[in-house]
Amino acid sequence: MQAWISRPTTERNAVTITNALTGRAAKAAVFVLCLVPAASLLWRALHAGLGANPIETITRSTGDWTLRLLLATLAVTPLRRITGVPQLIRFRRMLGLFAFFYGCMHLTTYVWLDKFFAWPEMARDVMKRPFITAGFTGLLLMAPLAATSTKGWIRRLGGKRWQLLHRLVYFSAAAGSIHYYWLVKSDVRRPVLYAAILGLLLFYRIGGKVMGRLEEQRRWGDGALSGPDGA
Amino acid sequence: MLIRHTPDLSYSQVTPKEAYLNRRRFLAASGAALVPGMLFAGTKLNGVGKGPFGTTETQTPYDAVTTYNNFYEFGTDKDQPAKLARGFRTSPWTVAVEGDAAKPRKFDLDEVMKLAPLEERIYRMRCVEGWSMVIPWIGFPLNALLKQVEPTSKAKFVTFESFYDPKQMPQARYGGLPFPYVEGLRLDEAMHPLAILAVGLYGETLPNQNGAPLRLVVPWKYGFKGIKSIVKIRLTSKMPQTTWNLANSREYGFYSNVNPEVDHPRWSQAKERRIGEFFKRNTLKFNGYGDQVAGLYAGMDLKANY
Ligand code: HEM
Repeated sequence: MQAWISRPTTERNAVTITNALTGRAAKAAVFVLCLVPAASLLWRALHAGLGANPIETITRSTGDWTLRLLLATLAVTPLRRITGVPQLIRFRRMLGLFAFFYGCMHLTTYVWLDKFFAWPEMARDVMKRPFITAGFTGLLLMAPLAATSTKGWIRRLGGKRWQLLHRLVYFSAAAGSIHYYWLVKSDVRRPVLYAAILGLLLFYRIGGKVMGRLEEQRRWGDGALSGPDGA
Repeated sequence: MLIRHTPDLSYSQVTPKEAYLNRRRFLAASGAALVPGMLFAGTKLNGVGKGPFGTTETQTPYDAVTTYNNFYEFGTDKDQPAKLARGFRTSPWTVAVEGDAAKPRKFDLDEVMKLAPLEERIYRMRCVEGWSMVIPWIGFPLNALLKQVEPTSKAKFVTFESFYDPKQMPQARYGGLPFPYVEGLRLDEAMHPLAILAVGLYGETLPNQNGAPLRLVVPWKYGFKGIKSIVKIRLTSKMPQTTWNLANSREYGFYSNVNPEVDHPRWSQAKERRIGEFFKRNTLKFNGYGDQVAGLYAGMDLKANY
């Protein structure tokens, strides 16, 4: 909480933004926004059509949104710092869970619509096709995070251990980006863009750690009693 | 009605399409009516006979055939060529046929259309990506064109080159492929009666996104062998380079015959999804044209020569 109070120039804006972001409406709005891609697929399936190859359209859309929402989840912390609006944290769990939701839809599309439960064939895919292996890894890594996303689990694991576990989200996003890179034929622009965003986010976190430490020393001097809230 | 024996297919046989056209394609076609001697995309072709080798399988709907395209010069998304090739200029058009030939020369499109009677060939098309279509092409055997220039005994292969103009194809540089697109066949493959030069589909001249005004169709090979918008054909003694092979030689070979037993390194080729169907079907060796073409590859190791 102190983080934004300690920035007097942005204080007034921060109060307004805070009010908007701490309300229930904001959470509902983000929830609805996250459902738009799924709703759009459903609507197109029923009315406008999903193009010449509907199964491919669904696979691609759900895959895209898995990766985008993973990156959005990872962008929350940097955004809080940059904007000085710590309340953004309220949306992180929801974004992460939606990433998992789209990942599950993506897998379901593959298992049901694409392969129609041809289990031996899929097992061979996972083992033989590096791009499927990477995607599978990415989704597998998300599962424990989704399962331990509740307050109860944070308490049970303890903040430090929980945070450590949830670093896996970086590996999941990396696996997703590699999965995408490996599946395209020759146009690598989009997978490279996603990988670059992930790289930037990682760089920010690592760089931020170092900068944070320096800041701490500057503000509080060596042997400070306590740092700023550390969020 | 049958004008097969006087295959004069310039302006006189081209019915302007306003008569039956739906509104969406009206503008392009009215253009065709205004300029004599020019064949615009989506102009009705008359006097087309039924060709051999046709399948009776359900034809893939026109909309799918013309909106789900791989034509990387106009973008790598399947729906991009239909949008971005709209203004593509296909007239005037000439095709240079050169190399190891006794009578190399250039043909303009009107001449090309008169080389042989136009036939409808309803072929299966299997894309290397694992989907397939059934398309009623209109065209004539490639060998009819090649015979015109009289290949010499040195000629063992045929190289094809697509039109490339970065100004008209601004998306091309992002596709990750070197352009102009080049493809190739062995001469005996090129002379095979199944291999055609297509100038139309569904009774009309080719839509731009399908490779107007002139493209190759080799139905026993993966779709990318069917080079689009051809401007040059060259007879050579050496095996030509091909674009996808240049981009990734491990994944795309010179032959690229449809073969369910030889997987693409990244995915299986055993099955395919016919556009419009839910369940996948088994892919057939040589895309089901084995009776006609298997002999071309007698004694060859098809795993090594993928
Ligand atoms: C069991 C796990 C997974 C399987 C079996 C799987 C399978 C697939 C398949 C078959 C495709 C389509 C390939 C094509 O159209 O050529 C695809 C595309 C894609 N997948 Fe996955 N995937 C999995 C997990 C993931 C995860 C975890 C992510 C993201 C983090 C992801 C992101 C994507 C993306 C971005 C695409 C490409 C979409 C596009 O082309 O626009 N996938 N996946």
